[in-house]
Amino acid sequence: MTGLTFELLCMQLLTGIALGSIYALLALGLCLIFGMLNVVNFAHGAFFMVGAFMGVYFLGLTGNFWFSLILTPIVTGGLGLLTERFLVRPLYGRGIDYPLLLTFGLSYVLIEAMRVAFGIEGLPSVTPDSLKGSLDVGIGFFPKYRLFLIAATAMIILAVWFFIQKTKYGLIIKAGAADQEIVKVLGIDIAKVWLLVFGLGCAIAGLSGILASPTRSVNPEMGIPILAESFVVTVVGGMGSPVGAVVAGLLVGVVYSMTSLFFPDLSELSIFVLMAVVLLIRPQGLFGKAGAMG
Amino acid sequence: MNSYFQLIARHRVLASSLFLMIFPFIMPYEALAINILIFGLFAMGFNLLFGYMGLLSFGHAAFLGIGSYLTGIGIVHYSLPWGTAILIGVIGAALGGLIMGFLAIRTRGIYFSMVTLALGQIVFYGFYKAESLTGGENGLRGVRVDSFNIFGIPVDFLNPLAKYYIILFFVVIAIWLISRILNSPLGAVMEAIRENEKRAAACGFDVTRTKLLVFVLSAAICGLAGSLRALHLSIVPIDSLHYLQSGQAVMMSILGGMGTFFGPFVGAAVMLYLEDVVTTFTKHWMAVIGLVFMFFVLFFPKGIWGTILSKLNIDQDSK
Repeated sequence: MTGLTFELLCMQLLTGIALGSIYALLALGLCLIFGMLNVVNFAHGAFFMVGAFMGVYFLGLTGNFWFSLILTPIVTGGLGLLTERFLVRPLYGRGIDYPLLLTFGLSYVLIEAMRVAFGIEGLPSVTPDSLKGSLDVGIGFFPKYRLFLIAATAMIILAVWFFIQKTKYGLIIKAGAADQEIVKVLGIDIAKVWLLVFGLGCAIAGLSGILASPTRSVNPEMGIPILAESFVVTVVGGMGSPVGAVVAGLLVGVVYSMTSLFFPDLSELSIFVLMAVVLLIRPQGLFGKAGAMG
Repeated sequence: MNSYFQLIARHRVLASSLFLMIFPFIMPYEALAINILIFGLFAMGFNLLFGYMGLLSFGHAAFLGIGSYLTGIGIVHYSLPWGTAILIGVIGAALGGLIMGFLAIRTRGIYFSMVTLALGQIVFYGFYKAESLTGGENGLRGVRVDSFNIFGIPVDFLNPLAKYYIILFFVVIAIWLISRILNSPLGAVMEAIRENEKRAAACGFDVTRTKLLVFVLSAAICGLAGSLRALHLSIVPIDSLHYLQSGQAVMMSILGGMGTFFGPFVGAAVMLYLEDVVTTFTKHWMAVIGLVFMFFVLFFPKGIWGTILSKLNIDQDSK
């Protein structure tokens, strides 16, 4: 291959990490909801899509990216709260399949809702002015926005980690995931915890939507492929492991961008092949516990 | 009323064949009837795995698509006779099922759904990228079947009614096969695995092999549906391979009633009819289908046919 330099390789690695940040965030949201409620949110991609739409819409309305960065997760998180309270909650105890199917139906409705609201073409994605252009990172110029993306994701992941590991609420969430009966006996309203976690997961999905929006086209179908890709991340990382979600998210992003450098035709396929290989070697995923995939 | 249902249940292949014989005259137009026939078969094949064995696959569009594309490619690029092309479609889908099943049955529950969905996407991108053979984004065009003779009688495949009955011929064979499978010891093992996998294994059944076998059978039936769809539409759209298409099989099974013999067919009929009606006054039929589906998941998890059966207290074995 001609023109392949160390710098190019590093740049591609950085691009992969930026892409992987989005995957890591999405998988983290999925993982939170799954770990706590034992629900796979099939509407996660749709919440991502709604987040992107809301982000672009609020940005156009207020002209302030930071403002829409705060407003968007509130909207998608609120949608998540409503979803848990009125749609998912009646289905607890009916097995694993029903919440999954319900959220799948919900994704249809959300896709159409955005088509009704914004048209089938979607919205032109906007990069905020302050994050346009490139920055010299020592080995070459890298788009500012992607650097911001990596930094923002790192901050969100750290915040979630801090919330779960260091606060009282996090302790309750962890206890609830381990043994909901005991938590109930201790006098904690577990239904509220579930509500909160579902909302939090959807807020993170919306946040990843707005963060991703400047790097891709914003249309009602944008959540469809991303759902399959975040499942790949979850499978590779190991179901219900937050560390696995983050590591696998970055890994999948890097594999994708490296393949598109060397074998552009195979880039979409590469991450699925990665998943197949992981399944053959470690069916429970890189960070999953054996037997915890039931 | 109850005895009627018992009678239908006892002679389910005959009953469904007779009903499907008059079906195109009930529907507003033949193309819709053919569509229901094909998607009914797709949902029935899917239900073999989901309803009867409890494995929720989200990758079955892969088999519909493999069947469609291989049949289409056989006819368009290699000028094969359509019968041979169908056979290749079915065998291809079964082989696809063998590979996907081998990987997916290593996992359980929700994990299984996610893995099948992701593996289905591999098939999607594979066919999408093989543009010279499959037409890529535009789909494969020109899957034409000319007139031919059956026992000296000329048949025009472009005549919708003739097309309906030719496709019905294959569908009835598949329905008979599904009924045979369910009545066989294999069918009993499948339900045992659905109810309690560990206990089935403890009883000495080879759970892994049964799962793989049913996965392959289910894939082959969905492949047949795909092959027939290629002949029906005379093009193969790339959407056939999409996981939303897999979701359609899931929706049809749930709407009609999973784990019942006629349920998936009822679900396919209701959903496609609904889609047909809704599209006449709004283009946002997806929202309507999504809402109807959510309503059923919340309030009628047994589906239309399943709810009727349980209201009439029909014996669960003869459903």
